[in-house]
Amino acid sequence: MNATFLIARRELGSYFRTLTGYIIAAILLLVDGLLFNIFALGGGEKLSAEVIGQFFFYTSGLTVIASIFLSMRLLAEERQTGTLVLLTSSPVHDVEIVLGKFLSALFFLALVLAASVYMPLLVLVNGKVSAGHLLAGYLGLLLIGGASLAIGTFGSAIARTQVLAVIFSASITLAMVVCWMLSKVTERPLSDVFVALAFHGKHFPPFQSGTVHLRDVIYYLMVTYVALFSATRVLESRRWK
Amino acid sequence: MIQVKGLTKYYGEHAAIHDLNFDIDRGQVIGFLGLNGAGKTTTLKILGCVLLPTAGEVTVDGIDIARDPHAVRRRIGFLPDTPPVYGEMTVGRYLKFAAELRGVSAADAPGAVAEAEEKTSTREVHDQLISSLSHGYRQRVGVAQALVHKPKLLILDEPTSGLDPVQIVEMRSTIRALRGEHTILLSSHILSEISQTCDRLLVIQRGEIVAQGSEQDLATQLGGGGTIEVEVVGPAQRAIEVVTTVTGIGACRVLRETDGSALISLEGSPDLRPKVARALVGNGIDLLRIDRGAARLESIFLKLTSKDGPQ
Repeated sequence: MNATFLIARRELGSYFRTLTGYIIAAILLLVDGLLFNIFALGGGEKLSAEVIGQFFFYTSGLTVIASIFLSMRLLAEERQTGTLVLLTSSPVHDVEIVLGKFLSALFFLALVLAASVYMPLLVLVNGKVSAGHLLAGYLGLLLIGGASLAIGTFGSAIARTQVLAVIFSASITLAMVVCWMLSKVTERPLSDVFVALAFHGKHFPPFQSGTVHLRDVIYYLMVTYVALFSATRVLESRRWK
Repeated sequence: MIQVKGLTKYYGEHAAIHDLNFDIDRGQVIGFLGLNGAGKTTTLKILGCVLLPTAGEVTVDGIDIARDPHAVRRRIGFLPDTPPVYGEMTVGRYLKFAAELRGVSAADAPGAVAEAEEKTSTREVHDQLISSLSHGYRQRVGVAQALVHKPKLLILDEPTSGLDPVQIVEMRSTIRALRGEHTILLSSHILSEISQTCDRLLVIQRGEIVAQGSEQDLATQLGGGGTIEVEVVGPAQRAIEVVTTVTGIGACRVLRETDGSALISLEGSPDLRPKVARALVGNGIDLLRIDRGAARLESIFLKLTSKDGPQ
C-alpha cells in the first residue's frame, strides 16, 4: 500500500509540474462555464433544481471526456519514455502501480471538479440550492469520472502510444454510452442487457436530479473495478512479452 | 551470486535466447558482449525481474526469480538501455522516490540519495530538473537510481550508450569505483568498454552463449593466443628474424615501415612482451614501443560472432 501511495504522490506531482494537467483542467472549466452560462442560466425562467440538474448533465459529459485525456498518459507515456521499467523492476505489485496511477488521476479530477462548485452556488443569487442535491450530483460526477478514468487506465495499459490510448478508451466509453440508445430500439431481453450496460443514460440521471440509488453507485464501482482489474492483468501479461 | 540454468525466452515463435547457462560469483564485474539483437537486453531484463522467462531457472543470491521476484528485486539495481528518469522531477526528488520505492524508509532516504549522488558524481545537480541535464548526467542519474538502495547486484544495460568520449571515460571510472561493493553485470557492444572494465566476459550470439572467460581465456580458446605490436628502429626484416627466435611467437606481419622505423605485429601471448623486448635489445635493435595488439579483442569478437560462429 505504501508503494501505491508513493506512485500516486509522484504522479499527482507530475500533473502539477507539467502543462497537460493544467490544460485539461482549464478546458474543462472553461467549456463547463460556457455551457452553464448559455444553457443552464439562459433560456427563460427555470426552477433552481432544474438549473443545477442541467449543470450536472453538462459537467458529467465533460468529466467523462476530461477523464479519458487525463488517463491517457498514465501507463502509455511511461512505456513510451521507458520509465515504466523503474516501477516494474522495483519490489512493487502490478496492482499497486495501476492503483497508484488511478488514484492520482482521481484526486486531480476531484480538485478540478471542486473548482467548478462556484457555478451551482451562483444559483443562490436568485434561487435556492439544496446541499443534498449538490452532494448527490458531485458524488455522481466522481463516480462517473472514476469509471471513465479506470477505462482510460485500461486503454493506457493496452495501447502503445497516448493517442492510441485515447482512441481505445473513447471507443469503449462511447460504446457503453450508445448502449442506452440501443436499448430503445431493441426488444427484451436484449434491451435489458443494453440498459444494464448503459454508461450515462440509465445510471447518471438520478444523481443529476439529486437522488442516490445504490444500484447506480454499484454500477460505477463495478465498471471501475473491472477496468482496473483488466489494466492490472494487461500489465502482468507484459512481463511475458 | 547468480546461477542461470537452461534460460530460454521466446517472443512468439522466435527464440530471443536459448538454453543459456552461466554462473557469476559475488563481487565480479561481468561483461555481456554481443551484437545488437543477440539477446543481451532480454537476458538482462529477465535477471532484472522485468520479464519472465519461457523456460529455465535463475537464482540471484540463492533466491529463485520466479518464486520470489520481490525478494530478488530488493537485491538488484537495474539500469535499462534508456535511463528510466522523469524529466519533470529534480534529481534529488527522483532518487528519493526510487529509494523509497525499493524499500528504503523515508527517514533513511536522504542519506541513501546523498551516498548514491556521491558515488555517481551527481551531487552538484541535486536540485536541477532532469529534463535540463545532458545525456551524460542523465545516464549517471540512471546509475544512481540503480544503486540508491545499496543492491548486491547491479545490472547495467549499455551504460555508455550515446555518451561522448569524455562521458564514457567518466562512466567507466564510476563503474570501476563500484567494483567490490556490488556484483556488476553490464552489457555493451563497445569492445574496449568490456575489456577495460570487466573481470570476465560472456559472449552471446543469436541467443546463445558462444564463449565465456577472461579476454586471455577467449583468445586461447580460439587458438589465437593474442598479438603483440612492436615498433623498432631500423628495417623490419632484421627485427622479425630476432623475434621469431623467441619461443611462443608465431607469424609476424609488417604493419608499417618507414625510413627509420618499422611497426610489426607478432602472433603470440602479450605475456611474452618482456622476452621479446629482451631479445630485440640484446641483439642491438632499438625498441621504440611494445604493446599488446590493439585489435585483439575486436578480432576475438569478430571470430565469435561471425556468421558461422566460433572458428
